[in-house]
Amino acid sequence: MGDLDFVTFLLALLAGAVRVGTPFLFVSLGECLTEKSGRINLGLEGILVAGAMVGYAVAYLSGSAWTGVLAAGGIGLLLGLLHGIVCSLPRVNDIAFGIALMLLGTGLAFFLGKAFIQPQAPMLPSISLGAWSDDPSMCSALNINMLFFIGVALAIFLHWSLRSTRWGLVLRLVGDHSESAQALGYRPLRVRIMATAVGGFLAGVGGSYLSLYYPGSWNEGLSSGQGLMAVALVIFARWQPLNCLWASMVFGASGAIGPALQSVGISSGYYLYSAAPYILTMLVMLATCRPNRTLTGAPGELSLNR
Amino acid sequence: MPGLPTMLSIISSFALFVLFLALQGRPAFEAVRLVFEGAFGSSFAWENTLQRAAPLMLTALCVALPARAGLIIIGGEGALVLGGLAAATLPLWLTGLPPLATLIAMGLVAMLVGGIWIGLNGWLRQKRGLNETIGSLLLSYIAIALFNHLVEGPLRDPSSLNKPSTVGLDYPLMIGVISEDSFRVHWGLVAGIIACVMAWVLVRHSVKGFALDVVGGNVRAARMLGLPVNRLVIFTCVLGGAAAGLAGMYEVSAVQGSANASLIVGYGISGILVSFAARHNPLAIILCATLVGGIEASGSLLQRRLDLPDATTLILQGLLFTNLLAWEALVGRITGWRIALEEHANKVKNAEVQHG
Repeated sequence: MGDLDFVTFLLALLAGAVRVGTPFLFVSLGECLTEKSGRINLGLEGILVAGAMVGYAVAYLSGSAWTGVLAAGGIGLLLGLLHGIVCSLPRVNDIAFGIALMLLGTGLAFFLGKAFIQPQAPMLPSISLGAWSDDPSMCSALNINMLFFIGVALAIFLHWSLRSTRWGLVLRLVGDHSESAQALGYRPLRVRIMATAVGGFLAGVGGSYLSLYYPGSWNEGLSSGQGLMAVALVIFARWQPLNCLWASMVFGASGAIGPALQSVGISSGYYLYSAAPYILTMLVMLATCRPNRTLTGAPGELSLNR
Repeated sequence: MPGLPTMLSIISSFALFVLFLALQGRPAFEAVRLVFEGAFGSSFAWENTLQRAAPLMLTALCVALPARAGLIIIGGEGALVLGGLAAATLPLWLTGLPPLATLIAMGLVAMLVGGIWIGLNGWLRQKRGLNETIGSLLLSYIAIALFNHLVEGPLRDPSSLNKPSTVGLDYPLMIGVISEDSFRVHWGLVAGIIACVMAWVLVRHSVKGFALDVVGGNVRAARMLGLPVNRLVIFTCVLGGAAAGLAGMYEVSAVQGSANASLIVGYGISGILVSFAARHNPLAIILCATLVGGIEASGSLLQRRLDLPDATTLILQGLLFTNLLAWEALVGRITGWRIALEEHANKVKNAEVQHG
């Protein structure tokens, strides 16, 4: 009996890691890209919520979930562009502007989203990998959404292109030492604006996953701070896209550990488990930070380092 | 001229707000009028506004004071909720004191807890090199998780069924309003204003404040002068955290009556923006907090009269702050252009003189 409980628990945990971790994956890839260019965007939280709302609304109106995903990315792109452009003005603090954008994004989403709380939009399809098993819990655990696979492919692609393509190297150069990039004839501000906009796109897509797959409806309590957590997650992942994938799974699993424990009948300490990713990130930072030395692997131009 | 960007941003954000509502066929100008009426239009509106401004003043100080020493702390929310929780649970252990003494003890313990929490950030940064912005964000989330765990678990009042809370405060421990007839705002407002004025004296008119400015301006210069940089930084963090913790105590003892999830409504987040809008000047914080409190207070009127959702005030706040940050930079740039233009004109004039 104990064995069975343990298997159920592990399965619930694994399924939860993928299910809860997918939005983390997209938002953290977006934040990773932004931070690689030397900016930090705390507004991804607002973009995530706006993406969730716009994705849901467009999916409902157009009848196609994928159109919704694209629209969510589009609104993310716009808001990211706004962040990128305004923070390119002299002396604008990117952290403060990110928080202002967070208020604006959530405000717009809540305002415009009032009409879409009731209706039911089409959901994103998922791929069933559990058809071979006749255990229903196994089947449902292996029911994995398309966006997860896209996210994995994206993480691998970004990982490769940040090391081996021209634009990846330019992005990293701008983020590490913008004077050198300028000396080579690139325009750091333009690169940063583009990186922030693309980062916004990814965060918007992450938001659409929330409203179009899991939990799978639009309401005002949809996001539990995934956009802000992404900042911590990127540090945890040491600014490596592939690590973002593992880190998202860890963050997702720790979000799923409470419900997973509930599925085997343990219900105490729910909130403490949800704090596990922060404690983990804190420990990682403590282990790698020293006074007079910045975080290893952090882009040199990041305002966190100056 | 610090007033110019503020004026421009108020104008432009209200213009965008009108545009946003008009595009949806909502009565836009009526909404703007109602924002002012709901915020500052009557004594009731003023009371509502100031009631909401009080915690913002204190949480903004949690950003402004460390900012003088060059730190960006964004974890005031954590200090607020833990301070509130400490204040709410203290009377359970500390019985038998007269109400006033208990209240003072509650305030002190809230300030202590908040001060320790943000002070920890300063300490981690100075001693371990942990970035304070991310560190305070993480600690804030840890604080909120701890708060939820304690309020829904060990410290939960079994009789609070739908909304988990700690045991409610007895009536004598509820802080009343300043004047029952003419000014129904709780004493947290007075605490907020006093704290802001004290902070202003500290940063503008004391040797310590000057030392802080040196640390914030150039750490190496401060070290060369022999200033105790670590101690100064941690000191501002502790003070800021104490202010946020005190805000939590007032929310518990003047508004909620117990510690529950209603404490986590984003006073910490709004406080960050208030502080940035005030350019970390403690006196300007009083004004900015009142403005933001006013916008929040007008929400119910907008909802009642025009059937606008409560997120309307959130949009207005977002517009105001994005515009403010943008205008501040733009005005700086315009001034730069003007200087460049004048220089150019002078050059042309000089050239003409030489040629002539």
